[in-house]
Amino acid sequence: MAKRIDVSDLDIYYGNFKAVEGVNVSIEPRSITALIGPSGCGKSTFLRSLNRMHEVIPGARVEGKVVIDGQDLYGADVDPVDVRRQIGMVFQRPNPFPTMSIYDNVIAGVRLNGGKMRKGELDELVEKSLRGANLWTEVKDRLDRPGSGLSGGQQQRLCIARAIAVEPEVLLMDEPCSALDPISTLAIEDLMAELKERFTIVIVTHNMQQAARVSTSTGFFNLGGVGQPGHLVEFNPTEKIFSNPEEKATEDYISGRFG
Amino acid sequence: MTTTSAPPAPAQPKRRLGDRLFAGSATGAGILILVVLAGVAIFLVTEAWPAITADSADLPDGKSLAAYIAPLLFGTLLAAVIALIVATPLGVAIALYVSYYAPKRLAATMGYVIDLLAAIPSVVYGFWGIAALAPAMVPFYGWAAEHLGWIPFFAGPASTTGKTMLTAGLVLAVMILPIISAISREVFGQAPALHREAALALGATRWEMIKMAVLPYGKSGVIAGAMLGLGRALGETLAVAIVLSASGGITFNLISSSNPSTIAANIALQFPESSGLAVNALIASGLALFVITLAVNMFARWIVTRRADFSGAN
Ligand SMILES: Nc1ncnc2c1ncn2[C@@H]1O[C@H](COP(=O)(O)OP(=O)(O)O)[C@@H](O)[C@H]1O
Ligand SMILES: [Mg+2]
Repeated sequence: MAKRIDVSDLDIYYGNFKAVEGVNVSIEPRSITALIGPSGCGKSTFLRSLNRMHEVIPGARVEGKVVIDGQDLYGADVDPVDVRRQIGMVFQRPNPFPTMSIYDNVIAGVRLNGGKMRKGELDELVEKSLRGANLWTEVKDRLDRPGSGLSGGQQQRLCIARAIAVEPEVLLMDEPCSALDPISTLAIEDLMAELKERFTIVIVTHNMQQAARVSTSTGFFNLGGVGQPGHLVEFNPTEKIFSNPEEKATEDYISGRFG
Repeated sequence: MTTTSAPPAPAQPKRRLGDRLFAGSATGAGILILVVLAGVAIFLVTEAWPAITADSADLPDGKSLAAYIAPLLFGTLLAAVIALIVATPLGVAIALYVSYYAPKRLAATMGYVIDLLAAIPSVVYGFWGIAALAPAMVPFYGWAAEHLGWIPFFAGPASTTGKTMLTAGLVLAVMILPIISAISREVFGQAPALHREAALALGATRWEMIKMAVLPYGKSGVIAGAMLGLGRALGETLAVAIVLSASGGITFNLISSSNPSTIAANIALQFPESSGLAVNALIASGLALFVITLAVNMFARWIVTRRADFSGAN
């Protein structure tokens, strides 16, 4: 189900403020792409433009093209709701629905997709998704308890289970580990390596080691100064970015000279 | 054994003055409200007591106290329930529209208008009911008695003045609408963006997002708003006294001109002409209203806490 993403000449605005400018990039299917860069350079903004979550914010808009396997996401006849059903997202702060049980959280997306499933099929899907998110053994005895009763790392894996339950074509993750302890972080990194077999993953991370560990390609975002739009400065295989980057700015950032 | 061998008192944790002041005044306020409540209850019981113990023959209309209060209680509940059934969905819909659908400008204006509705005195609603709503409803009552007469609510004969239980309920509905929609709007606006975005990112439409992340989160607030509204509807005096033609007993017929009165309206209408045991009987009916209102509030509280685990407050 994994798909290829082609972005061309993408400008992203909040009202009149241009937050990101001129992004051109191709993201390969069945890969993990890491986005790194200093705070405020537009990584989250760019990520959210890939599943049309950006426009949820009043006044926010996009110019340019995002094409997923030949389909223009911003085409006139494309419903953003359909786009979001195909492209899953995991947020920085774990956000399972507090009013739903663990079980209902996992199938929340499936329910939306209108799939009428029998109880047995749903049970199977819940188990498969929770196993996929490495959470099954920890929660299998309390599926009817609220998702908000889990630890932060478990909640985040629950959110991943919820996202993969609908078998999305692309999985977007915005600093999924920044609120988690090191052990939960490792659990999620292992999980990403497994998910890569099935999904195209784009992850924003502040953690350079994490980018180096998990990703196949890395994009470095930077901005000229406060109030200026962010740019995708360099996009290359992760190995190259971390050993022999093309741009001076990338090297400075990676070696910790700023940011 | 000497007193010096007593173990030293455990060291008290040091408490700051501000903390102590705040704790003291909060406790004081809490106690005050209980004292006031107890005072009201004691007054009602002592004043109602002569009527409770009196012989039926001495009471107004020569009926037993229960027979006197029952239709009033019934009328009170019926009018309030009609109001609640009409106003709750409407109030929630208005709140949702203002919070999630209306353009920003319009939303702000609507918010003000709703708050303004809450500030209108009830006598104005009463006059509106008798002068505008009741006459406007008369043709509908006639039609309903003719075509929907098989439903007990519309059995008829239709009132020709429009001063019916349904009209009273609708006036009450308009009166409690602002409370319900204002409180609903408040809680809907606070539904966390985190969970709203979670729903949208799963591919929820706006309405599905509301169902997943806003309504469950706001449910206890809506219940609280509805109960406040119910409290107001149960206790409303003037508007009902003006709008309702009260001359009958217990009936579910909502469109005729013979209706049970409500407790509050009955007290307001009868009190000036009453003396002796009749006053005690009125106060006994007030006691019944007090108990009902208390029960309604406790029930609401129970609903709100029943699924606290899933409330989103943790
Ligand atoms: N909701 C918003 N409204 C207006 N500006 C925003 C909003 N969110 C982010 N921005 C601005 O867009 C720029 C990029 O932000 P963001 O994408 O969050 O950066 P990053 O994720 O790389 O830290 C920043 O200048 C930020 O202030
Ligand atoms: Mg960010």
